[in-house]
Amino acid sequence: MTLPLLRPPRKNPVQRTPQMNVPPWARGRVALNLTAAAAEGRFELQVCEDCHAVQYPPREACVHCLSGHLKWREQTGQGRLLARTTLDHSNDLFFRERLPWQLGLVQLDAGPTLVVHLHGDVPAVTAGATTRVTVGARLDRAGRAVLIAFPPQETLNMADDPMLREMTCDPKLRKVLVTDGMTPAGQALVRALAQAGADLIWVGHAEPWKRHGSGLDDITGLPQVSLVPLDLSNERSVNSLAGEIGGKVDIVVNNAEVHRTYGIAARRGTDAARAEMDINYFGYLRLAQAFGPALMGRAADGTLHACAWVNLLSIYALANFPPHGTFSASKAAAHSLAQCQRAELRGAGIRVVNVFPGPVDDDWNQNLPPPKLSPAALASAVVKALRDGVEDVYPGDVAQEWLERWRDNPKVLERELAAGG
Amino acid sequence: MSHFHTRKGYEGVAVTVPVTVPYVRYSTRGAHAFLGAAVQALIKHSGVSKDDIDGLTVSSFSLGPDTAVGVTQHLGLSPRWLDHIPTGGASGVMALRRAARAVQAGDASVVACVSGDTNHVDSFRLMLGGFSDFSRDATYPYGSGGPNALFAFITSAYMARTGATRADFGRLCVDQRSNALASGSRMFKQPLTLDGYLAARAIADPIHLYDCVMPCAGAEAFLVMSEQRARDLGLAYATVRGSIERHNAYSTDPIMERGGWHVDREDLYAMAGCKPTEIGFLQTYDDYPVIVLMQFEGLGFCGHGEAPDFLRNHSTAWNGSFPHNTSGGQLSSGQAGCAGGFLGLTEALRQVTGSAGMRTVANPRLGMISGYGMVTYDRCLCTGAVILGAPS
Repeated sequence: MTLPLLRPPRKNPVQRTPQMNVPPWARGRVALNLTAAAAEGRFELQVCEDCHAVQYPPREACVHCLSGHLKWREQTGQGRLLARTTLDHSNDLFFRERLPWQLGLVQLDAGPTLVVHLHGDVPAVTAGATTRVTVGARLDRAGRAVLIAFPPQETLNMADDPMLREMTCDPKLRKVLVTDGMTPAGQALVRALAQAGADLIWVGHAEPWKRHGSGLDDITGLPQVSLVPLDLSNERSVNSLAGEIGGKVDIVVNNAEVHRTYGIAARRGTDAARAEMDINYFGYLRLAQAFGPALMGRAADGTLHACAWVNLLSIYALANFPPHGTFSASKAAAHSLAQCQRAELRGAGIRVVNVFPGPVDDDWNQNLPPPKLSPAALASAVVKALRDGVEDVYPGDVAQEWLERWRDNPKVLERELAAGG
Repeated sequence: MSHFHTRKGYEGVAVTVPVTVPYVRYSTRGAHAFLGAAVQALIKHSGVSKDDIDGLTVSSFSLGPDTAVGVTQHLGLSPRWLDHIPTGGASGVMALRRAARAVQAGDASVVACVSGDTNHVDSFRLMLGGFSDFSRDATYPYGSGGPNALFAFITSAYMARTGATRADFGRLCVDQRSNALASGSRMFKQPLTLDGYLAARAIADPIHLYDCVMPCAGAEAFLVMSEQRARDLGLAYATVRGSIERHNAYSTDPIMERGGWHVDREDLYAMAGCKPTEIGFLQTYDDYPVIVLMQFEGLGFCGHGEAPDFLRNHSTAWNGSFPHNTSGGQLSSGQAGCAGGFLGLTEALRQVTGSAGMRTVANPRLGMISGYGMVTYDRCLCTGAVILGAPS
């Protein structure tokens, strides 16, 4: 049974911090569809549209009927363990540094045989008995999907399995920076992270003299929370905080944003749009430049290594919502930058989690009809994404609906949005 | 299931001049160096001139980006028939089958079947990740142990199904080591005891150190020509009594428990006109012991799942009751890449042609060579076998 994760002993400051070696990242184009689904927390395999066979490894044609019409469909992952082994030798540095490593061979009820990483709580294979498992897909430290066999029922401390922890970014016992504590969403994030067992939460506030009545006082009462001055529009402020805590942060949650409700014609001049871009895009860029290298340097620093960067984007990053047109544009810019950041942090095994909420129930969305996403729901979606090792999150009904429409046809969605929704 | 009526025999074909370019653990030279040394040795030991070689098969993993055709220009050969057969453990049997047909059809008169690989310090690791689409996508990211993990699955499932023990595998490895020592192995010079085998460190349970082959550099080669030509050259040769190959057999077995030999073995024995009990020696492809047991079963030397019992009742040393891998096999000679797929053939030729020296088996006049190659995902895909005999 998995032992609960305990606070590790203090680090010896004289020893060299271990550097990250990511696991093998090469995948073929077809196989990357497994990653695309796992990025959102789903386990999908190729299914033939013509003969309905489920197949793995990924192929260019159906292994049964040779049809080229293959679609990726969600799987239950139910199967049986055929064999297992404990690897005591590996040719790859990532695994060498983490031996022994458990692997299994699973036959899915749907048919195919899979090589999988094996959760420590999967019982041994015994002669004459069937060992049932549930296979899921997770992103590994290289940001590529891998398959994991889990015990069929939830076990105690399941999330603390050392192999699984390499695939997830559980905030438990970790040190987190939340860049803006002044907003309802920021405060909900701080509360959710504290509840998830974060060790220390630094909470940024850009204007320390404007504390009262903002809700900030409620969270400063939490024992984990420590307020820090942070103004993303000011490079010196960002660098100064990075100098102070950059070498300790395990997870950065960048929730700072400016949100105004204008399109192009509704407001003359560029001041509001510029303010949005200055925080939502340039502020993010300043933060990434200051904190990114420190996170990368600590990506293999013990059990509680640096692991994730969370961006609070918006579903409007995918398609412009004209009544909030300049805000949408700033989030689209941030989304594009996040793809760049993801590529750069991949080499160190740091995950970039992009959160695309629909309208959050706050002042700037006052005029929008329900359903709106409560700050608490947003926060719990972020914590769940970190725990599950997911990298793209679309929390709430509006975000889910927009995503579906966007995936179906982005041009149709554009026209619908231009017509008012 | 017999297809013999559709299979033509190998009458008139001679297989001759077994050549081994001595193995070294690591080399700074390229694969072409080992292939070149093999062709040079074929010429030296056969008496044919370089220009007489008008057919060529090349088997290598470390040749890239070159293929067989690049080798012709590299070595200054001008064959009128060419094949590239990089199928690892099955490459020897497959090369022989193709060369024999080319000679019979008159497409070539002297075919050099050459296999060889180099081994740089980091070659093996680099090869593993890019071995196949499926290994890149679906096995290498899982522990990067190479085939060790997959054969651990196959071995443990085999043990659970048949009651095989590590000691069963151990006896096989111990016998092969004694064969290697009798053949003057360059790579392994110490005897292996069963205790030593059992005490070895775990690699991927139940695979332990002496279940694994040691990657190295080297080459193996032989010539295929007409019997008449071999006689004219005064070469000792073997004839081909029968052969089979099969790829991706039993693909719906959830985990590999048998290879493709079983599908075609009736044809093999029918072509050769013999029974398993008449075979004087067997050379199997032995990248892991469990695969040897599956070959014993698949080729009909014992029933499905009965190889552990078979092993308990036989000695597989060269002078034992069931002479097997009489040069030590890859387990005790090293695995020189694709040359590992030729090792059994060159050793069988030495046995049949009377150049095996002190390790000559009791009945060297009829032997079987089995090939097994290419783990692209969860099992080996290529299987094949050939029966060689002394000319009557």
